[in-house]
Amino acid sequence: MSNDVIIVGAGIVGAACARAFALAGFSVLVLERGTTAGGTSSACEGNLLVSDKGPGHELVLAQFASRLWSSTAADLRAELGDTFPSIEFERKGGLVVATTADGAESLLAFAADQRGARVDARVVDAAEMLELEPDLNPAVAAGVFYPDDAQVQPTIATEALMASARRNGARLLENTEVTGGLFDDAGALIGVSTNRGPQRASRVLIAAGPWSGDVARRIGLSLPVRPRRGELLVTSRMRHRIFHKVYDADYVGAVGSDDRALQTSSVVESTAGGTVLIGSSRQQVEFDSSLRVDVLTEVAAKALRLFPFLATAAVMRSYGGFRPFMPDHLPAIGEDPRMPGLWHASGHEGAGIGLSLATAELLRDLFLGRTPEVDPSPYSPARATLAPHLELVA
Amino acid sequence: MSSVLILGAGPAGLAAARAARRRGASVTLVDSSEQLGGQFWRHLPAERPAARERILHHGWDTFRALQAQLVADDGCRILTSASVFAIDATASPSTTGTGPGRVHVIVGPSDGTGRERIELLPDAIVLATGAHDRTLPFPGWDLPGVFTGGAAQALAKGERLAVGAHVVVAGAGPFLLPVAASLAATGSRVLGVFESSRLSSLVRGWLPRPWQLLPAAKKGAELAGYIGGQLKSRIPYTTGASVIAAHGTDRVESVTVASLDKNWTPVAGTERTLAVDAVCVSHGFTPRLELAIAAGCQITDERFVAVDDAQATSVPGVYAAGEITGIGGVDLALAEGALAGHAAAGGNPFDLPGEVRKRRIYEGFARRIEAAHGIRPGWPDMVTDDTIVCRCEEVSFGALCSTAESTASTSLRSLKLTTRAGLGICQGRVCGRSLEQLIARRLPGNTLGDTVSTDRRPIAVPLRLGELAAAARPTDPSPTTPTPLADPPKGPTS
Ligand SMILES: Cc1cc2nc3c(=O)[nH]c(=O)nc-3n(C[C@H](O)[C@H](O)[C@H](O)COP(=O)(O)OP(=O)(O)OC[C@H]3O[C@@H](n4cnc5c(N)ncnc54)[C@H](O)[C@@H]3O)c2cc1C
Ligand SMILES: Cc1cc2nc3c(=O)[nH]c(=O)nc-3n(C[C@H](O)[C@H](O)[C@H](O)COP(=O)(O)OP(=O)(O)OC[C@H]3O[C@@H](n4cnc5c(N)ncnc54)[C@H](O)[C@@H]3O)c2cc1C
Repeated sequence: MSNDVIIVGAGIVGAACARAFALAGFSVLVLERGTTAGGTSSACEGNLLVSDKGPGHELVLAQFASRLWSSTAADLRAELGDTFPSIEFERKGGLVVATTADGAESLLAFAADQRGARVDARVVDAAEMLELEPDLNPAVAAGVFYPDDAQVQPTIATEALMASARRNGARLLENTEVTGGLFDDAGALIGVSTNRGPQRASRVLIAAGPWSGDVARRIGLSLPVRPRRGELLVTSRMRHRIFHKVYDADYVGAVGSDDRALQTSSVVESTAGGTVLIGSSRQQVEFDSSLRVDVLTEVAAKALRLFPFLATAAVMRSYGGFRPFMPDHLPAIGEDPRMPGLWHASGHEGAGIGLSLATAELLRDLFLGRTPEVDPSPYSPARATLAPHLELVA
Repeated sequence: MSSVLILGAGPAGLAAARAARRRGASVTLVDSSEQLGGQFWRHLPAERPAARERILHHGWDTFRALQAQLVADDGCRILTSASVFAIDATASPSTTGTGPGRVHVIVGPSDGTGRERIELLPDAIVLATGAHDRTLPFPGWDLPGVFTGGAAQALAKGERLAVGAHVVVAGAGPFLLPVAASLAATGSRVLGVFESSRLSSLVRGWLPRPWQLLPAAKKGAELAGYIGGQLKSRIPYTTGASVIAAHGTDRVESVTVASLDKNWTPVAGTERTLAVDAVCVSHGFTPRLELAIAAGCQITDERFVAVDDAQATSVPGVYAAGEITGIGGVDLALAEGALAGHAAAGGNPFDLPGEVRKRRIYEGFARRIEAAHGIRPGWPDMVTDDTIVCRCEEVSFGALCSTAESTASTSLRSLKLTTRAGLGICQGRVCGRSLEQLIARRLPGNTLGDTVSTDRRPIAVPLRLGELAAAARPTDPSPTTPTPLADPPKGPTS
């Protein structure tokens, strides 16, 4: 049986795409080497942020995604019913603070630029900050409040998108690993080979997160997606004392950085489960998932700068994942210029949860030949900034 | 001079420390509890226990001798109230030195403030972290008054507290008997011991090669001693039956006991109710594998640390002994510990033929325990929709099933994150393996779609954020080792 689309990977990006394509009437087959949400999408935080993005193409996509999340959360609830666990979508707002005078200056300048790009970024004074977050360290130098920052529980969101996709006709094969491409006599891509036999489709979409480069290589092309490790801390349950996403303005610098060495910044938030989530680090260590206590020490110390009361909170778990990192800091969304029929939806770095819905809408419109709501060309795998990386041989 | 770090000061860790010291290594012994002795010896009061408890008597002498020797030895540094919360085993020498890893310890009473972090970079590590007892979930198991055997015994032995006036002991394994004996000794009336395994499997487990039991006669005598003791104090011992539900509003008031078939499925129509104010239930043991996993050690299909004849794990420089390599009781732990400590200090198992022989004997005993008392697949039939399966997060079996149904997930990782089961403060120590089995049982082929294990906990014990944030005290040098510990010719200590 031939499919319109094969999606490689059942993380949040694959699940969102499967749902969008199925709703548009395509026949969809998702191939996942492990299980749904078994990769990065269950090893991350669920921040849907506009606050950390300066004016530019990523912000445009994030703003689009932010609108989509409100309606999609409601649609999923209506469709899946109350027995399905809640995806915990909450537009709780983000509070970004600077802990030093230098930091304050650049934070305020950054926020001013964002306002120019229609981001709701409100400078708050010390009293307002303490009203938003009574337990915040009163010594912080400056703060900006972003009412549009939101969150979801990423594993549940992935499962919900996949459940919806299946209800709308998408098929999912788990424990099925894509091992290569399938080509006709003329050399055109007509499907993929897997450890459980070949599968055919008119389009193959790689949505394999940080492993997308590996999948592309198996199909015969290079794709410069690299893993960037992130580790997080989870406290035991406590009384609700942190009401927004609160993070240090250093974080913005860490996100945009190319540095391979360790960077940490603290993003502190309470979860619906009552725990406090403290993240995170950024470090390029390939796929080495061993715990690094020095990294956690730094993350913990930075969190205490924001919320000194957390010093007595018990850390009960640490986990981490690999962000799909791109050399030019933009995801690859669209058809590969080198191989007709091969499509990409990866390289979302630390924003793939948020951007998943926007990615899916964009691709669906491209498949349908419609004009997407957002100009797709900046994300195209054919863009100029990516070209030097694509020339490398697989 | 090599430095050997021993994690866990139960029978295995103590024996390892002494053996490593006899080989001349400098030893650091770390345990999270306040006293040495581990699970078996931890809670014994200083004075001698009742002479009737023969194993305790024997064990107590061994322990006293081991402890005295190590405490007096300046080549052995002892850190109690010291918990290992992580092992960095990344390949880079800057992190791990030349040994197997950087070991992170938090020192000080766990409820106290002012605990301090230290880091150790040993040449070799002996893992001897033991096991905790495992209770399968059943309706009412979360009521106050329901104890694990280990907890009840700790109260009875350590604090001389009776857990209740009328109690039953249930579950599986030979260690139900010492538990019942300690309860009786503190004045509880033990209405019965209910062993889930049927007589036939007990016979199968214990009798196919009865001659192998001869060298382990001490073990046989020890257990016979308990049974004799029980009968004398008129404690009925029933096989093929267990507590399948506990009832009560604020605490347990009664239990339902039923016969079990050979798979441990309760047999309908055999239920009877007993009025009790406490119940102790243990179905087996779960080894504490988190540090072994953090160190990178290979784990067997039976989920113990894989070791060779020298007790060496798959990671160079890391050895393992005691309950984390298999459940076999205190004598096996002592023999394995001696061999592990000796090997970690550069020795060869052939140097200690006596210990090798003891290990072989008691390993046979361990296999028999598993054959006779191992958990059988029918137990989930005790569980009802409103049975709590994760106590920390209060997740019921019904909620677990309904989420599994709606997501159609076959993944343990996803189901933990979508239901919160296993995500609470115990991090799945109590419920993890039971959750795995409950979920797998609903799936085709009884297998999970992912290979995630609930044994993996990169943070091995909770610590405060402030403690983690404070930099560790610079790594202490190892204790200097003037001379190897003398090898006493004979005596109760070896
Ligand atoms: C610590 C951390 C914190 C983060 N925080 C946030 C945040 O707050 N907000 C946010 O938006 N993003 C965040 N991210 C980023 C986000 O998690 C990722 O961008 C997103 O999960 C990527 O989703 P994905 O579906 O592309 O990849 P994945 O979820 O990794 O899914 C890819 C799937 O492909 C499968 N696969 C791989 N190879 C094959 C093959 N050969 N055949 C078949 N299947 C294959 C994998 O098994 C996997 O399931 C964070 C990431 C990390 C690591
Ligand atoms: C209720 C009960 C009754 C028993 N009765 C008998 C009996 O009658 N006869 C018999 O032979 N056996 C009996 N046993 C079994 C016996 O207790 C064990 O065989 C023996 O204690 C195993 O020794 P070990 O050294 O491997 O582990 P343990 O004695 O469990 O010692 C492990 C030590 O490691 C420490 N530790 C673990 N993790 C860390 C960490 N992260 N940081 C620091 N320290 C750590 C623990 O605090 C503990 O002290 C019984 C067990 C139980 C639970």
